[in-house]
Amino acid sequence: MTVERIEKVFLILAGAMLVVFLLALFYSAFGMGMHLPDREGEIVPTEVRNTPPFDNPGVREVEPGRYEVVVLGRAWAFEPDEIRVPAGAEIDFISTATDVIHGFHVEGTRMNAMLIPGQITRMTYVFDEPGEHLIICHEFCGLGHHLMYGRVIVE
Amino acid sequence: MNTSTSVVQRPEGFRLPEGQLRVIRWMVYLGFFALAIGIVNGLGQALNYARVDILQYFPGMRNYYQGLTVHGVVNAIVFIFAFANGFLALTTARALDRPLKTGLLWASFGAMVAGFLLAGFAMGSGQASVLYTFYPPLQAHWSFYLGLALLVVSTWILAVTLFLGLAAWRKEHPGARIPLMAFISVATYAMWVLASLGIAVEVVGLLLPWSLGLMDHSDPLLSRSLFWYSGHALVYFWLLPAYLSWYIMVPKHADGKLFSDSLTRVVFLMFLALSIPTGFHHQYTDPGIGTGMKALHAFLTFGVFFPSMVTAFSVMYALEIGGRRRGGTGLVDWFFKLDWKNPALVAQLLAMLTFTLGGITGLINASYNLNQVVHNTTWIPGHFHMTVGSAVTLSFMGIAYWLVPYLTQRRLVGQGMALVSSWVYTAGVLIMARGLISGGLDGMPRRTLVMEAPYEKPSWELAGMLSGFGGTLMFVGSALFFAVLAGTILMGRKVEEPMDLPFTETVRGPADHGWEVHLDRFRYWIVATIILIVIAYGPFLAQYLPGHFTSPPYRFF
Ligand SMILES: [Cu+2]
Ligand SMILES: [Cu+2]
Repeated sequence: MTVERIEKVFLILAGAMLVVFLLALFYSAFGMGMHLPDREGEIVPTEVRNTPPFDNPGVREVEPGRYEVVVLGRAWAFEPDEIRVPAGAEIDFISTATDVIHGFHVEGTRMNAMLIPGQITRMTYVFDEPGEHLIICHEFCGLGHHLMYGRVIVE
Repeated sequence: MNTSTSVVQRPEGFRLPEGQLRVIRWMVYLGFFALAIGIVNGLGQALNYARVDILQYFPGMRNYYQGLTVHGVVNAIVFIFAFANGFLALTTARALDRPLKTGLLWASFGAMVAGFLLAGFAMGSGQASVLYTFYPPLQAHWSFYLGLALLVVSTWILAVTLFLGLAAWRKEHPGARIPLMAFISVATYAMWVLASLGIAVEVVGLLLPWSLGLMDHSDPLLSRSLFWYSGHALVYFWLLPAYLSWYIMVPKHADGKLFSDSLTRVVFLMFLALSIPTGFHHQYTDPGIGTGMKALHAFLTFGVFFPSMVTAFSVMYALEIGGRRRGGTGLVDWFFKLDWKNPALVAQLLAMLTFTLGGITGLINASYNLNQVVHNTTWIPGHFHMTVGSAVTLSFMGIAYWLVPYLTQRRLVGQGMALVSSWVYTAGVLIMARGLISGGLDGMPRRTLVMEAPYEKPSWELAGMLSGFGGTLMFVGSALFFAVLAGTILMGRKVEEPMDLPFTETVRGPADHGWEVHLDRFRYWIVATIILIVIAYGPFLAQYLPGHFTSPPYRFF
């Protein structure tokens, strides 16, 4: 084979590999419902505590088998920092930051998002198994950044 | 077909005037000085994960995050900018066979020094511990933002210098094909000028006035988006000078030849067009940006992976030509016949090795929702120390092994030590990345003083130890590099006969008619790039602007 031919084969294979990867990703997102955070609307960060639902952080059952968890990220804690939810239920996490940017990673799950002042972050998740997960702030938010964490307890 | 297969205007007998060599020398020295400062801080970062605190012994160091800021700004920005400025000024002048404007080069150097001093003051005095991404509403001292702006201005002045050089060359050679080495250099800076506009608007238009108290509020999401508009292309501004070396110098070191002139130009034009409209892949987990736009950027990011695949092929083929010329046979034997005693070549071969892993992990980061598994965990620094932290850094070290002798007219001192340096550094980065990547997959957060965190997971212990051990090896490897550098500059034997840059020939030279001629019309490609940028960012900006300036400043450091 000439160089041109070998190269053509190499590049077609490389291109095909990328296309297959992309198709798999888009299938997992739009076919299986594993979504990234989307646009959920704006909020004035200094007014967060007076704006529903953030005036009342915590876990609520909104209908049988469906829960809403409202979490605030502030320097340097999550409010609430201990979240108890049942396994198998659909959990809607609604969150925002009151001061600087924070991270929100429920370790061991794909719930991994940024809390950005002025923006609302929403993620839906079902915990299949009971257990405990750390919530880690993984974006630098000042001197106490490494002190900022919480727990999700699935019962 | 043109018969010329050279990548420069005139293959023989070019020497830059001493005045121009001097400014290029200073740029390169400044870059490596910055690298040295950054690496010392990097060691502190790596050891943090192994729960060893050495930062407390650093004079003037207040805390971990200050060191992390210095590490990022000085290594990822000052080192790369200064080195790229010097290196690509040289390759352009050499390829065009004409010196550039020395005054402009000094202006670029001056802006770089001023920016370094200002940002250095802000970071050193603890008034800018905001990391190298400086996301508002954390607010640094104004001198930090002004310093960053000057660092970018320095690259702009250099870009103008290159563009003027090319324009003058074109006037002297109407209708001629741009020499390949100059084409690559100019394409790199053209990309970066377009890319840096985001950071420029963010820093000069929003953050600087805000830090001076002229504006009360910032818009964190808008700032992040402007930052990452530039931020991903910044990755390619790190990488393309190394690619230049892989395409042009490495085949020469390997006794090989670059195969296709045209394909090389196509690759760099693809980088020009696709480096910028991909920034949202750093913001997959951000609220406030629609999933449709994120999917579009995912698609384009996979697109910009393609020219890197072409590069893998072209560079491997050039190496194979060399290995076979040196008596290599069989499927892989030629690889071992390469000159494994040439430190410039070995550093860059090892750089390619780490980049293979860096590229694959990068593709995973770019993979839309898969990103949620790794986002902001130590996986990410694990990944980028195999790209910028070794593929680029090792390549620049490899380049230094011929560049510093060239610039000083001295022989390299400590060839063996240089070889050991590259191997140790490579072993170090692979071990460190292994630690960071496994820790990251188990949730270990990046940018975090984990040794003082009140939470931990059992698997982080091994991950952290590997990270600390690998980082220490990297430190040792770079110390050896600096010993070679200092030895060469201070004690290298003077060489009387004139030296030249190592550059390859191509098997297939540039055509002087047909479609390939259009590759040199930068104007068209820049317009195409701008159209892509508008498609990728227009819908978001149209819906988001004039923005939401509601965040007051915080100084939590
Ligand atoms: Cu934090
Ligand atoms: Cu990127």
